[in-house]
Amino acid sequence: MKFGVISFPGSCDDVDARQACARVGEAVALWHADHDLAGVDVVVIPGGFSYGDYLRAGAIARFAPIMTEVIEFAREGGYVMGICNGFQVCCEAGLLPGALLTNIERRFVCRQVTLELVNASTPFTAALAPGARLSIPVKHTTGRYYAPPAMLAALHDAGQVVLRYAPGQNPNGSLDDIAGVINERGNVFGLMPHPEHAVDALTGSSDGLALFSSLVAAGAPA
Amino acid sequence: MGAVKARVLVRPKAGILDPQGAAVARALPALGFEGVSEVRVGRLIELEVADPARLPEMCERLLANPLIEDYEVLVERDGG
Amino acid sequence: MTAAATAGVQRAIALGLTAGEYELIVARLGREPSEVELAMFSLLWSEHCSYKHSKPLLRTLPTDGPRLVLGPGENAGAVDVGGGLSVAFKVESHNHPSAVEPFQGAATGVGGILRDIFAVGARPIAILDSLRFGEPTSERSRYLLERSVAGIGHYGNSIGVPTVGGELYFEAPYEQNCLINAMCVGLIETSRLIRSAASGAGNLLVLFGAATGRDGIGGASVLASAELGEGDAAKRPSVQIGDPFAEKKLMECSLDLLERGLLVALQDLGAAGLTSAACEMASKGAVGIDIDVARVPLREADMEPFEIMVSESQERMLCVIEPAALDAVVAVCEHWETAVATIGEVTDGGLVRVFDAGRLVGEMPVSALVDDCPVYELDPQPPAQPLYPPPVRAIASEDPGEALLALLRCPNLADRRPLFEQYDSIVQSRTVRRPGQADAAVLALPERDGCIPGIAIAIDGNGRRVAADPYRGTIEAVLECAANLACVGAEPLGLTNCLNFGNPEKPHVAWQLCESVRGLGDACRALSIPVVGGNVSLYNEGADGPIYPTPVVGLVGELPDVSRAGRLGFAAEGDRIALVGDFAPDIRGSELARLGGTELPRALAEIDIAAVAATQRAIRDAVRSGALASAHDIAEGGLATALAECCLAGGLGAEVVLAETVKPLRALFGEAPGGFIVTGGDGELRALAEHIELHIVGSVSGNRLTIVAGEARIELSLELMREAHGSLAALFA
Repeated sequence: MKFGVISFPGSCDDVDARQACARVGEAVALWHADHDLAGVDVVVIPGGFSYGDYLRAGAIARFAPIMTEVIEFAREGGYVMGICNGFQVCCEAGLLPGALLTNIERRFVCRQVTLELVNASTPFTAALAPGARLSIPVKHTTGRYYAPPAMLAALHDAGQVVLRYAPGQNPNGSLDDIAGVINERGNVFGLMPHPEHAVDALTGSSDGLALFSSLVAAGAPA
Repeated sequence: MGAVKARVLVRPKAGILDPQGAAVARALPALGFEGVSEVRVGRLIELEVADPARLPEMCERLLANPLIEDYEVLVERDGG
Repeated sequence: MTAAATAGVQRAIALGLTAGEYELIVARLGREPSEVELAMFSLLWSEHCSYKHSKPLLRTLPTDGPRLVLGPGENAGAVDVGGGLSVAFKVESHNHPSAVEPFQGAATGVGGILRDIFAVGARPIAILDSLRFGEPTSERSRYLLERSVAGIGHYGNSIGVPTVGGELYFEAPYEQNCLINAMCVGLIETSRLIRSAASGAGNLLVLFGAATGRDGIGGASVLASAELGEGDAAKRPSVQIGDPFAEKKLMECSLDLLERGLLVALQDLGAAGLTSAACEMASKGAVGIDIDVARVPLREADMEPFEIMVSESQERMLCVIEPAALDAVVAVCEHWETAVATIGEVTDGGLVRVFDAGRLVGEMPVSALVDDCPVYELDPQPPAQPLYPPPVRAIASEDPGEALLALLRCPNLADRRPLFEQYDSIVQSRTVRRPGQADAAVLALPERDGCIPGIAIAIDGNGRRVAADPYRGTIEAVLECAANLACVGAEPLGLTNCLNFGNPEKPHVAWQLCESVRGLGDACRALSIPVVGGNVSLYNEGADGPIYPTPVVGLVGELPDVSRAGRLGFAAEGDRIALVGDFAPDIRGSELARLGGTELPRALAEIDIAAVAATQRAIRDAVRSGALASAHDIAEGGLATALAECCLAGGLGAEVVLAETVKPLRALFGEAPGGFIVTGGDGELRALAEHIELHIVGSVSGNRLTIVAGEARIELSLELMREAHGSLAALFA
């Protein structure tokens, strides 16, 4: 499985994401200004502060040259995983429903949280059991998931909520404790927690590795 | 054609929780300002544009996120 | 004296120079200095740049060691950590700007120290910060705290460097002069370390990064120029605004340029901007430089040449390159969206010449600027009477349980989680021990020989106890920092220090400074730790007097196997608890004494440094061997507080009985260097007892902490302790 991790000006967790992907497959760096996805099977949009989070988090990165190819790739069913800032970029680009707002406490929060797996049937989560609990860190200022009421109901009905914060663990006020969602088609996945920072017990937990290895088991999309 | 000055005000949509506004609403009474309510904090973008007719499009595509924000365009008329 | 000369002296004095210094400048140049020249002298001869009151003292510090690769004098110091790698590190203060604008002051403090690290070619991998404010009952101090923490987080988080540790204290003497010291650690292949000495006549001087504006002009205390009173808003000094996004690009650009071998020398622009950067580079290389200010990219119109030379606009670097490398350098800068401009060249002859579009506006020997600043001998005199009022009494009860809760609740000891959760402590995937998990931060290095080695980092300062006894108090600060490293299993390799003091021209402050540096030197020599660099911040005084004399030290150490890195929390029911070390607690000068409103003692107890060092070594070895389940040093709040901290970190209670029966309060809350709380199996602890002073005092069990010491008894539930310990959350509400 070949993973491509995009680097925008200001991306911080791109190297970490590449290292995590390299544990389960091949990982290459993709440059924001290029128009080449290097034939990858999975595009990872990493965490950080692309373009300084200026205007709105992800608002400017969403128009980076490479995003033309990413959007096309997603339209054709390619796997895209947006982590934290990457989730914000996906929402801004319309690849995922909803938006991320400022944390309720208005402050950056870096904390290990417990997540509950809501949908174990996605290519990103198939290696896990339904209801699995994952210990994964969050670190963000703008992570409060929001969708208007009708959209929110539709997400639940269609099984598009993939991860939620366990009771009492919601660090940012996300509606319905939503931590990660998938698009209707099931090939684009966005989450605020950082699975790439939970791949080694030495630095915390290794619960996040399954979110990358599931894809390897799923194989490249048809 | 000369450049026209414009201002775009971006506000959080009604119904969206605005913790920044809430914080300001709490801080003002603490400083002795009574009778303040309904505080919402948004963003101001000032720009000079050759074609003000394209401003709404700029707002829709970049300057605001229509899912969560409303925007208002104010164009300076000559003499204004 | 001629009218022109008199005017010259007045201008000089307005810029912070003395009349005597002005005379020296005139004598050295052989004429009156121009506006540009005077501005440059006033900055390079300021305390901040020249260290004119502290240089002789700093020369007494030990700066050599077998692992040293870069010592004081470069942008940062560095030590060898094996495997072909070195770790560069330094601590710097940003006290005065932070008192004016705490968010930006703290943010740009972080930005500045980051640049010092990548200026030697190292990739920044960790930030730590040491903060001191007045009591949190003061609205101003709460404001400074909240804003400076937000500023540090904003800058560090945005640029992707984890903030992995720090310290925070509240004491009345810092009310008017807060302390913000920022430390940065970077990683580099030893062979790639780059120096700042310019060389090669004809080589180009290239400026890259942000455009230059009027930031910081007048912000440095020396530039309170009379000219600014003219009501010209454009000339008003501006607060330095940091842009971490710009610095992220600048950092990647700098590291890329170095990777490609395109640079002859590199220097960051900090205090005194272009003036200091260019002159330092020229001085180190014993060369001259020509600069044309008209070629500097500006972001404000109509800047005077002197303004361009002294601007402290952030996020800029200066390098020397061979002319043939220019195209490649420009290409790299474009890739990283970083502006770049050739602004001058290296020359022979040792002169710094400043041009404005070809017109010469300043010409001085480099040595006059950098080497000829007079050095002032201090006139140290111990204070005739106490300098600091006694603290305000905060507790009334003598009940030991109440006392422990009061200590856990007090702002100097309460849980720092509300603060460190605002920092990204995990980006770059190296953090093995995050804030709150152990006494020092631990970061992994690349694997070698089938093992993952690591570095440990801690920052520790001391104000109150140094005020009581500058010599011994400073030794304690170094020992405390080394103890923190020992508890994770690390051996110190090098030390950086920031000396925060009042006005050194006052004899009692000079005495504090001399005694403190004497203690610092003696402690480093006794522990065989070289000083790799540091910073001095003087004139931290207000109408109420000076701050506590506050040396802040940062240590970097190594450990061979990060999987064995120590933790501070109790680990398992049944583990035995032991008190280790020749611990001789004293209530005088302790945190409990402070809460009781007791004034500072006239001196601190004598310290057996060798004994403390031996205990630290034993703890370190025990942690490395895997024999211990936890290790925590006894610091502020004494033994009882240390036990409570271990309980809270581990989520487990304990039952402890202390041998001391005569003075239970002293045994429970007295402070002294050299004491540790460790846990482990009975067998492991008894084996350890054969090498060092060790007494098993109890076991980890249940969910309450029970301590018996003679007649005194403490029994507190975890819940009650946690509630008290969580008091800082209210400061960030």
